[in-house]
Amino acid sequence: MDLLEFQGKQFFASYGIPVSDGDATTSVDEAVEIADRVGYPVVVKAQVHTGGRGKAGGVKLAENADEAREHASNILGLDIKGHIVEQIWVEHASDIAEEYYASFTLDRSAKQHLGMLSAEGGVEIETVADENPDAIAKIHIDPVVGLTEQQCRDWVEAANLNPNATEGAVDILMKLYTAYVEGNADLCEINPLILKPTGEVHALDAKVSLDANAIFKHPDYEAYDATQPRDEREKAAHEKGLQYVGLTGSVGVIANGAGLAMSTVDVVNQVGGAPANFLDIGGGANAEVMANALTVINNDPAVKSIFINIFGGITRGEEVANGIIEATKRVEIDSPIVIRLDGTNAEQGREILQPHLSEGLLMEDTMLSAARRAVELAK
Amino acid sequence: MSIFADENTKVIYQGLTGSQGRYYGLLNREYGTQVVAGTNPKKAGTDVEGIPIYATVAEAKEATGATASCIFIPAPFVKAAVMEAAEAGLELVVVITEGVPAHDEAYFFNKVKQDFPGTRILGPNCPGLISPGKTNIGITAGHIAKPGGPVGIVSRSGTLTYQALYELQQKDIGVTTCVGIGGDPVPGTSFIDCLEAFEADPETKAVMMIGEIGGSAEEEAAEFIKNNMTKPVAGYIAGVTAPPGKKMGHAGAIVSGGKGTAAAKIEALEAAGALMGENPTEAGELMAKIVAELA
Repeated sequence: MDLLEFQGKQFFASYGIPVSDGDATTSVDEAVEIADRVGYPVVVKAQVHTGGRGKAGGVKLAENADEAREHASNILGLDIKGHIVEQIWVEHASDIAEEYYASFTLDRSAKQHLGMLSAEGGVEIETVADENPDAIAKIHIDPVVGLTEQQCRDWVEAANLNPNATEGAVDILMKLYTAYVEGNADLCEINPLILKPTGEVHALDAKVSLDANAIFKHPDYEAYDATQPRDEREKAAHEKGLQYVGLTGSVGVIANGAGLAMSTVDVVNQVGGAPANFLDIGGGANAEVMANALTVINNDPAVKSIFINIFGGITRGEEVANGIIEATKRVEIDSPIVIRLDGTNAEQGREILQPHLSEGLLMEDTMLSAARRAVELAK
Repeated sequence: MSIFADENTKVIYQGLTGSQGRYYGLLNREYGTQVVAGTNPKKAGTDVEGIPIYATVAEAKEATGATASCIFIPAPFVKAAVMEAAEAGLELVVVITEGVPAHDEAYFFNKVKQDFPGTRILGPNCPGLISPGKTNIGITAGHIAKPGGPVGIVSRSGTLTYQALYELQQKDIGVTTCVGIGGDPVPGTSFIDCLEAFEADPETKAVMMIGEIGGSAEEEAAEFIKNNMTKPVAGYIAGVTAPPGKKMGHAGAIVSGGKGTAAAKIEALEAAGALMGENPTEAGELMAKIVAELA
């Protein structure tokens, strides 16, 4: 789950990390009130789940209430790469002496946590990594031991920050690691982490991604789940508990298992089609789950044909076949369906489907032939 | 031979009294797996269809001589369950449960590696492993796998693992062991662990490897194949056309910052000498060719 900047800053603040005084709002009047309270100059920032806000005119400096009002009304409703700005964050503008970069994430290859710190902040860390990899100080942290203060000090020293920033940086990084671990984050990134002319170190931005599997430890994360960017189709699927990702093509895809669903999307592409979605209905394929899946796909106006790709493992072919027939009775489907059923008792399953086959319900023997048929029908 | 588990492996089912644990535990027993015990502190002294329930893994091990466990415990309690199994001295801990937080996985992986180096974790979020005709620990449908050899299978995805077993069965090709390592960010057992074990197993003559987008485990496996494997490898990578930044079902299956793409993985594996199919069926056909040439 990716947090918006203001959610990330509030998350950081709850672990004692210094962030700018500010607040989030959806109204222009309230934006001016916040600006008056935190003191000018202020920065008005669009809160959307995408990068490139500055270039799109979504980040503006205001010296007074009139400017704050003007920027707030311009930014609210702005379209940034297809994301409409519904919320803005207004904060007191900071004086910046230097800009750094700091982050914690899981290094899946090393199976340990990875800390990255660089004196070259404010730009994309990928660019720094490509052009000047030595400018990034990296440390691996054993999850059993955690980050020790000595390790943190050595790390800050290795990053060659301004000596005036050392104490502030160590303090923030220790807190950031605590936030990362206790908050079950996949990523905690501060870019830029700034040194002010007055010597304080401060998080000017917040990029936080939380592990949705840890919601049981943090019931308050439900609120973040609700603000995840999802299109209408994804929202409907999410409400039904389906693993769905919206794509841009015209062949609706239903498969059981994430790997097979990914593979199905690939095969549709390989035979010259374009999948409308990725949809994993899980191990089983009962009538209810199938009906939910068909409903979500049928409501997508771009869908011209539907490819159901099921491999029976523990779930037997006849159960899958009965589930599909039952589901098609419950939901009125506008597009032709192509079924490929394989695996355990596939023969019996196909026999059950046979008498129900029609122009709207077709069956193919293999994944490839079924994909070809579905793609043809979508043209 | 088989790797990691065979017909002599005695297995404790942690969570045998739950609905999933009971269902698959009994299916596994029917297959021939030595399902010797279950654990549940509140139900110690009872049994599930004749399988005795103990309060702790240590007691179950003491009473039965088990060396492995299979975990069907809900995600919030998996960390404690894995540590309990490792502390009891089990050699193999298979974690079927999905939805385990990545930080928990990172913790118990490192803790077990440091304090209990004799314990192998498989999973979480995996289908388990099957040595066809000998033992089936997990949720794989036993009858889609042909016993014998000469192929070993290792896979990151559940249904694609079944697909691979089935493709080989249809071609009358046997499997020594099929290991599902799972789709999570910190798998207890890696591709390399399995490749190494298959390379050392005299009955395994070729290996089928099924990967997917995200991370760099396949690239690392390619490096291992190039430097250490004498046995031929055929494979398939799912997610060739997945858009960057979108999580495709598995927590691990995401392309981020241009890294972990299927194209990079396929290129690395092909450079290491592996034959890569465009889809699971083609990978099965490539494996059939390899097996025909072995004879």
